[in-house]
Amino acid sequence: MNFPKELKYSKEHEWIKVEGKRATIGITDFAQSQLGDVVFVELPNTGRTVKAGETFSVVESVKAVSDIYAPVSGTVVAVNEKLNDTPEAVNLSPYEDAWIAVIEMSDPGELEGLLDSGAYEQFTAEGGH
Amino acid sequence: MTQKTPLYDIHVQYGGKIIEFGGWMLPVQYSGIIAEHRAVREKAGLFDVSHMGEVKVNGPDALAYLQKAVTNDVARLADYQVQYTPMCYPDGGTVDDLLIYRCGAQEYLLVINAANIAKDYDWLKRNTAGFNVTVDNVSSQTAQLALQGPLAQTILSQITQAPLDKIGYYWFMRSVQVAGRQVMLSRTGYTGEDGFEIYCRNEDAAPLWEAIMTAGKNQGLLPAGLGCRDTLRLEACLPLYGHELSPQISPLEAGLGYFVKLDKGDFNGREVLLRQKEQGLTRKLAGFVLTDRGVARSEYPVIAAGRQAGQVTSGSYSPTLDKNLGLALVETEFAGQGQKLEIEIRGKNAAAEVIARPFYKRKG
Repeated sequence: MNFPKELKYSKEHEWIKVEGKRATIGITDFAQSQLGDVVFVELPNTGRTVKAGETFSVVESVKAVSDIYAPVSGTVVAVNEKLNDTPEAVNLSPYEDAWIAVIEMSDPGELEGLLDSGAYEQFTAEGGH
Repeated sequence: MTQKTPLYDIHVQYGGKIIEFGGWMLPVQYSGIIAEHRAVREKAGLFDVSHMGEVKVNGPDALAYLQKAVTNDVARLADYQVQYTPMCYPDGGTVDDLLIYRCGAQEYLLVINAANIAKDYDWLKRNTAGFNVTVDNVSSQTAQLALQGPLAQTILSQITQAPLDKIGYYWFMRSVQVAGRQVMLSRTGYTGEDGFEIYCRNEDAAPLWEAIMTAGKNQGLLPAGLGCRDTLRLEACLPLYGHELSPQISPLEAGLGYFVKLDKGDFNGREVLLRQKEQGLTRKLAGFVLTDRGVARSEYPVIAAGRQAGQVTSGSYSPTLDKNLGLALVETEFAGQGQKLEIEIRGKNAAAEVIARPFYKRKG
């Protein structure tokens, strides 16, 4: 299981990579391993404003439907359209190829409520919920 | 209360991801649903289906009793033959779907769905009045493995002297040795592939599992979980109780008319089913492919002519066909092949089209 140090994590198993006001979001290696074979990712529309905690994407594996929650509030400024054709990237490359969306944050202070890599790793070791 | 099959420790040891299913702790997958699905289609997969229920029906009136209880014509069975049949309530709703094994003129074994064991047993007992039969639930004494896939016979032949090539589809041998254990062996399954189901004593399940896995090691055999069992049976359009069949869905509505023999004499549900057939069904099971992106899941609304015209009973990504497929119970006028439908997925409508069933049929 991989927990890159430079990322932040939510207890809902999203990862967040912060560059200035932009937060790139995807689901974690732990999350994809729990979901199994991913066959579809429903992407948000760009321009949509989201609140932290709101469902903004859906990842479907063969067996399960999983809501993906926005870990921070803001506006969706980019989505990874490649996932339309290669949803399996979520399993193969959860932190690189399978980013889901970029949110331009309206309240970067929300980042303080997220976990660092060590805390998230511990959270998953305890069962992750 | 959740129960464990005799193979629980083996599932953990093989890396199975355990979930609760119908009161049982069972693996949903080991290596991955798609990989396991492909193994069963192309090579072989081994399933633990010990959660399934078994009921013995014995006695001089066993045949007459079963004829009344189920919709298929049990009199057509020869010794050591297996029959698939729905079992109905008097109102035509479905109690369960099951396999009947004829061991002898007065001796039958019923294999029923795990989640329905208590309900079926109770129903079967309540229907014995006037028949000289005994009905015994032997589920807890019986384990079951399913070896499925085109290489199933090749693999099994390494650990048994039984003449496997002489066991026809839906026939069985009552007592044979596999890996030194006494088992009942049938050429049956729930995947749309060739294969065998092996009934054994609980204490023999783990040694048999290991012997089969060893025999299949060089043949591409994978341990297979509930996840691919569902995608395999959906491609083959085999009904799943609680989805395509239920107390509210008759076998005729589920497209199982072939297993309802209205001319065999009286049976539970016959009057209603006969009326459904004569008057025409108001709703029917349709197979569909999603032509828009997305995955249709059970209970999603089906939209036709601008209104809800039914609902999805099962839906999934199909690993063999690489399409998103499903079954839906819809008003009859919308069930014809080529009919355009929409499936409401999280508030948005995705286009779908009714296609021929089954979605997958093995060659040969």
